[in-house]
Amino acid sequence: MPWRRLARNRLSFAALGAILVVTVAALLAPWLAPYDPDEPDAAVALASVSVRHPLGTDLYGRDQLSRLIHAGRVDLLVALSATAIALTLGATLGAAAGYRGGWVDHLVMRGVDAVMAFPAFILALAITAALGNSTANVVAAIALTHVPIYTRLIRGEMLKARETEYAEAARTVGNRPHQIVLYHLFPNCVPPLIVQATLAMGFAILTVAALSFIGLGIQPPQSEWGQMTAEGAGYVVSGEWWLVLFPGFAIMLTVLAFNLVGDTLRDLLDPRMRGVR
Amino acid sequence: MGFGRYVLHRLLLVVPTLFGVTLISFTLVYVLPGNPALVKAGSLATPEHVAAIERQMGLDRPVHVQYWRYLTGLLRADLGESSSTGRPVLEDFRQRVPATLELTLASLLVAAAIGIPLGVLSAVHRDTALDHASRLVGVGGVAMPSFWTGLLLLYVFFYLLGVAPPPLGRIAADVVPPTRLTGLYVIDGALTGHGTALLSALHHLMLPALTLGFAVMAPLTRMVRATMLEILESDYVKAAWAAGLPRRRVIYGDALRNALIPVITLLGVIFGFLMAGNVVVEMVFAWPGLGHYAVTSLVTKDAGPIQSFVLFVAVMYVLVNLSVDLLYGLADPRIRLR
Repeated sequence: MPWRRLARNRLSFAALGAILVVTVAALLAPWLAPYDPDEPDAAVALASVSVRHPLGTDLYGRDQLSRLIHAGRVDLLVALSATAIALTLGATLGAAAGYRGGWVDHLVMRGVDAVMAFPAFILALAITAALGNSTANVVAAIALTHVPIYTRLIRGEMLKARETEYAEAARTVGNRPHQIVLYHLFPNCVPPLIVQATLAMGFAILTVAALSFIGLGIQPPQSEWGQMTAEGAGYVVSGEWWLVLFPGFAIMLTVLAFNLVGDTLRDLLDPRMRGVR
Repeated sequence: MGFGRYVLHRLLLVVPTLFGVTLISFTLVYVLPGNPALVKAGSLATPEHVAAIERQMGLDRPVHVQYWRYLTGLLRADLGESSSTGRPVLEDFRQRVPATLELTLASLLVAAAIGIPLGVLSAVHRDTALDHASRLVGVGGVAMPSFWTGLLLLYVFFYLLGVAPPPLGRIAADVVPPTRLTGLYVIDGALTGHGTALLSALHHLMLPALTLGFAVMAPLTRMVRATMLEILESDYVKAAWAAGLPRRRVIYGDALRNALIPVITLLGVIFGFLMAGNVVVEMVFAWPGLGHYAVTSLVTKDAGPIQSFVLFVAVMYVLVNLSVDLLYGLADPRIRLR
């Protein structure tokens, strides 16, 4: 049914577009934001949605739209760095464990088991608490909780790939182990890695936002979507809805976009799954 | 491998994991910034006084001695002390576990009651408006941060409609909580015939359970839909159609029963979602449970409760995953061979 495939693609393109918009907004924040995100203006404190302030203002009269755009920088940067670190570390460990086997494999996999014995969010919360609240520590905490995903993925792929004939051929002509892994086996692992990383981006953003919401992640005056929601939380019971609606919506939209793109990539790479999900 | 040997094998694997878990929970607090002795002594204490407390708490001993003391303490159910409430952590836990349990069970109920039928209907009526709506719930539910869902529900049902209570705990301030039997207000209220408490507890439980239930519902609906779709295409279901068996019996009898088996594997994931969700949702609704306790302890850098919370959640998680494996081994004998 081609029309369904098409509709699905249209949705994926919309999701890709949303990621693009959020990224561009984050990159160009200082030029796009209509106001200084930290500039208080007591005259318009807690003003609702208006032409001058399209998303309203907070208790100090700071423009919500400008804060939202600047906050996106933090969310994306944290999620992207955490994902990049986790991917590099996880892939390296997984490749070593899968290709070498033996005690390396045992050591790596017991470490992975220990990390996976904790629900990811709880571990991230504990690590942030232990290391102290700073942006770098949030990145470290999220990266560490994501490492096992990539380790297991690459280890599995390596176990399969090292027995193949092309791996055997590469060994026969005298390649060194790191050359075989890096130039012959690893390229085949790239597609599933990209799918995982895309899906992990959404999860990372949710984690930063939740950590910051409970006061553990990104600290004021630096704005972040979850932390903006937390600042607005107290006003929901008195009717100032715009303080909560917009930052939460930004989180949902971005996470949704990453998840949709990830799902589509997986479908493209694994045709068996087409139509099932 | 027989089932008995499989169980033994899995149980033995849990021992090193639990050991690793205690090592991590110990390390977390060992590196936690701030000196617990300083917190306990108060801001006016002299350095000598702080040193005395450090000695008393064993903080001056080498790391491995401290870890050993921690481990032997755990075996005696000694979880340490909270420096902000000044009471044993175990006692604080006992008070708060029922609140978390009540919220968790209620949201599981919400998720199962809506999520499973939605997944089934969505697979049966594939590509209809209902299916699209359910898939939207599936992808949207995972993307919505639960603190946001909770706050939106509060805005609509408390501020606009005025049908929900303010987010201030488990029961109205002017209602006496029911006599403690299980600690779950709804059950205790029903058992003791305390109608006012029962109603007030249900009233307060409504929005938090809906919020958390919605977060858990998404993966559940997706999984049920996906497995139902696969099963509806399978040969034995086709055979059942061909044999002219009634539609309801094929879908809800044969197909659904098999579709629920893979859902077992989801329980671990769901538990993780629930624990993360609990922390956040309890903060939104000032629900006096474990998550709320953990976050307030984090803010005051109170080491004992944080350590115990992390350990508690991890041990529960390990046990949930163990039961998932065992249940699955029971349901699908092929698993035992791996």
